[in-house]
Amino acid sequence: MLVLAIGVVSIGAGWVSGATRLVALSVMLVSVVALVWTAFVGGLETRRALAPYGLLKPGILWLSLFFLAPLWSMFQMSLSSKQSRFDFFPDFTWEWSNYSTALTDFAPQFTRSFSYAAIATVLTLLIGYPLAYVIAFRGGKYRTILLGLVAVPFFTSYLIRTLAWQNLLADSGPVVSLLNTLRLDTPLEWLNIMDNGRLMNTPAAVIGGLTYNFLPFMILPLYVSLEKIDVRLVDAAMDLYTTATGAFRRVVLPLSLPGVFAGSLLVFIPAAGDFVNAQFLGSPSTTMVGNSIQNQFLRELNYPLASAMSFVLMAVITCSVLVYAKFMGTDDLV
Amino acid sequence: MDTGDSVVQLDKVRKQYGSFVAVHEADFSIGRGEFFAMLGPSGCGKTTTLKMIAGFEEPTSGRILLEGEDVSDVPPHKRNVNTVFQQYALFPHMSVFDNVAFGPRSKKLNDTEVNRRVREMLDVVRLGDFASRRPAQLSGGQQQRVALARALVNYPSALLLDEPLAALDLKLREAMQIELKRIQREVGITFVFVTHDQGEALTMSDRIAVMSEGRVEQVGAPFDIYSRPESLFVAGFIGSANLLPGTIASTDGGSTRVDLAGGAQVVVPAGNSADNVSLSSGTRVTVMIRPEQLSLGGATGLSIDVTDTVFQGATLRLVGRMSNGTEVSAVLPVDPQRVTPVPGNAVTLSWHQSAPYLLDGWPDNAGSTTTNVDNVEAAL
Repeated sequence: MLVLAIGVVSIGAGWVSGATRLVALSVMLVSVVALVWTAFVGGLETRRALAPYGLLKPGILWLSLFFLAPLWSMFQMSLSSKQSRFDFFPDFTWEWSNYSTALTDFAPQFTRSFSYAAIATVLTLLIGYPLAYVIAFRGGKYRTILLGLVAVPFFTSYLIRTLAWQNLLADSGPVVSLLNTLRLDTPLEWLNIMDNGRLMNTPAAVIGGLTYNFLPFMILPLYVSLEKIDVRLVDAAMDLYTTATGAFRRVVLPLSLPGVFAGSLLVFIPAAGDFVNAQFLGSPSTTMVGNSIQNQFLRELNYPLASAMSFVLMAVITCSVLVYAKFMGTDDLV
Repeated sequence: MDTGDSVVQLDKVRKQYGSFVAVHEADFSIGRGEFFAMLGPSGCGKTTTLKMIAGFEEPTSGRILLEGEDVSDVPPHKRNVNTVFQQYALFPHMSVFDNVAFGPRSKKLNDTEVNRRVREMLDVVRLGDFASRRPAQLSGGQQQRVALARALVNYPSALLLDEPLAALDLKLREAMQIELKRIQREVGITFVFVTHDQGEALTMSDRIAVMSEGRVEQVGAPFDIYSRPESLFVAGFIGSANLLPGTIASTDGGSTRVDLAGGAQVVVPAGNSADNVSLSSGTRVTVMIRPEQLSLGGATGLSIDVTDTVFQGATLRLVGRMSNGTEVSAVLPVDPQRVTPVPGNAVTLSWHQSAPYLLDGWPDNAGSTTTNVDNVEAAL
C-alpha cells in the first residue's frame, strides 16, 4: 500500500522521469500483483487480514494522486526560484526566502485573514447557537422544515449570494437608507462599522459577508449536538435546585461543545482562506491572504511565492486548530 | 392518616390540558417516612400527578402542600423534593461523583460538606468505588442507584420516583425492589413512586393510590386494596378476579343473596361489600371471587365446563365456562393424590362462605379478569 502511494506521488509530482519512471511503475505493478497473489493463495485468515487494506485502496490512491502529489509538488514549488519574470518552470533551489517574503510582505493580509475569520466565527456562533437551540428544543414538528430553511441559501451559488450583498449594502441600497432613516449612521460610524456613510468596501462588509456565507456551517453541527441532548436532563438539573440559566450553563452548554468545536472549525478554516467576500465586498485595504495568493498565482504568475504563502496559511490554520482542540478537549465529551 | 404529619398533601388537585382532564380532583396525603405508590395503567394521570408534586406541571386548580406549605406555584428548583427520572437522566458529561454532587453544589454548600454527603450517599447505594466513572460505563442497575443517590443526597422531604424499575430486566428488577426498600429504611425519607406494575406496588409500598382515567379510585394498604376493592376497576386491576354480574335477590340477617346472570345463587356475608353498594333487592351488583379462593368439588357452587388447565408448578390453573359462557378461572393446589380435571370435564367450584365480595354495578367484561385478552389490555 505504502509502496503504491509513494509510487503514485512520485510519478504525479514528477520526481522521476525516463527510466526511473519505468522502474517505479514496475515496482507498483509487482506490489499489486503480490498483494492479489497473497490474498489468492493465503487462506481465509490472510484474506480477512488484508481486507481493510483492500477497502482503503481506492481512497488512498485517490488522495495520493490528487492531494499528496499536488501538495508535494506545491511544496517543491514553494522552494523554487524564478530566473526571470516570465520563467514558468522555476527551478527547485531550496529558496527559503520565498517564505520570509510571504511573511514580511503579506503580514497585514495574514493578520486580516485570521482576525476577520475569528470575528466571523464568533459572530456565526452568537447568531447560530440560539437558532440551533430553538430548532432543536422548540422546533417540534417544524424541525425538519426549519433545518431545511437553514440550508436554503446553498441552492444559490456562493458567488451570486455575495454579489447580491453588493446590492444590499450599496450606498443607495436598502440597508444604508434604512440605517440613515433610523439615524443609526452616526453611532455605526463611531463604531467603525460605517465609513463616510458607506457600508460597502468596509471591513464590516467583508466580515458580514463571511458570517452570512458560513452561518449554515455553524448551525448544522450545533443542531446535531443540541438535538442529541435529552431534555429531561434539563428537568433533572432544575429538580436539583438550579435555575434555567444554571441548567443551561452546567448541562446544555457542556454537552453541546462538540458542536461548537465542529462548527467553529467548519467556519474558521474556509473563512481564513476565503477571497470572494474580500474581493466583492471589500476594498484594497481589506484584502485577505486568499486574495493575495490568488493574485500571485493568477496575475503575477509568481508560483513560488504563492505556494509559500499557501503553506504558511495551512501551517497557521493547522496549529491554531490543534491548540483549539487541546483547549476544548472534545475527546473527553460524549 | 394524620394530616398533621403528612409530608405531601394533595388538596382537590385537578389538571386539565385543553378539554382533556388528566387528573380529576386528586385528594390524599402522604405520611412521613411512608413508601407510597401511585399505581395505574398508562394514561391514568399518575405521572402527571407526580410531576405536579415535583413542580414540572402546575395544577389547574387545587393545592399541593409540602410539609404543610402551599407550593402550587413554586418552581421545581425551589421545592425540597427530588425526582428519580425514568431512564434516570444522569448527566453524561459528568462523573458519578459530580452527578451526585450536582444538587449540593447548586445549593452552594462548601466543598467539604459536598464531599462528605456525596461519599455518604454513594456508600448507601453501594457505589463507593465507582465515583470517578462516567454513567455510560455503568450497568443499568448501577445507573439506577446513581440516580437514587443524586436525589437522596439533598435530603429531600420526599423522593419522587417515576417508573424507577421499568428499564431493568426481571431479575434485576426484583433485586432492586428489595434494594429500594432497604435504602428507604436506611434514609427514612418518604418515597412516592409511580408504577404500572401492580406486583411492584403490592410488594414495596406501605400504601397505594390506584388511579384510572385521571381519577384516584382508592387509597389504602396493599392488603386492603386487594381484599376490599372499592370499585370494579380496582378489583380487576389488582391481582386477578372472577367478576360475576348479578342482581340482589334478598337481604336477610345481614347476608345478601345474589342471583348470578348464569343462574346460580351466591350468599355474600355481611360486611363483604364495597362502601358504595346499596344492599336492596334489585340492585345490579358484581360478585368478586379471587381464583385462589375457589376449590374443586362441593355440593353447591358454580358448575363449569373445563376448557383449559395450565400446570404452574405449585399450583394448577383451571379455566372453564359457566352455562351462560362466562369464563371462570381457579388456582388450585397441585395434589398428586387426586385426578386433575381435563378439558371437557364438568366440575363444580365451591368457596368458603367468607370469600364472596360485592361490588357496585356490572363489569364491561364479565368473568375472569386474567383470561380475557381484552380485559387485560383494557386494564393496561
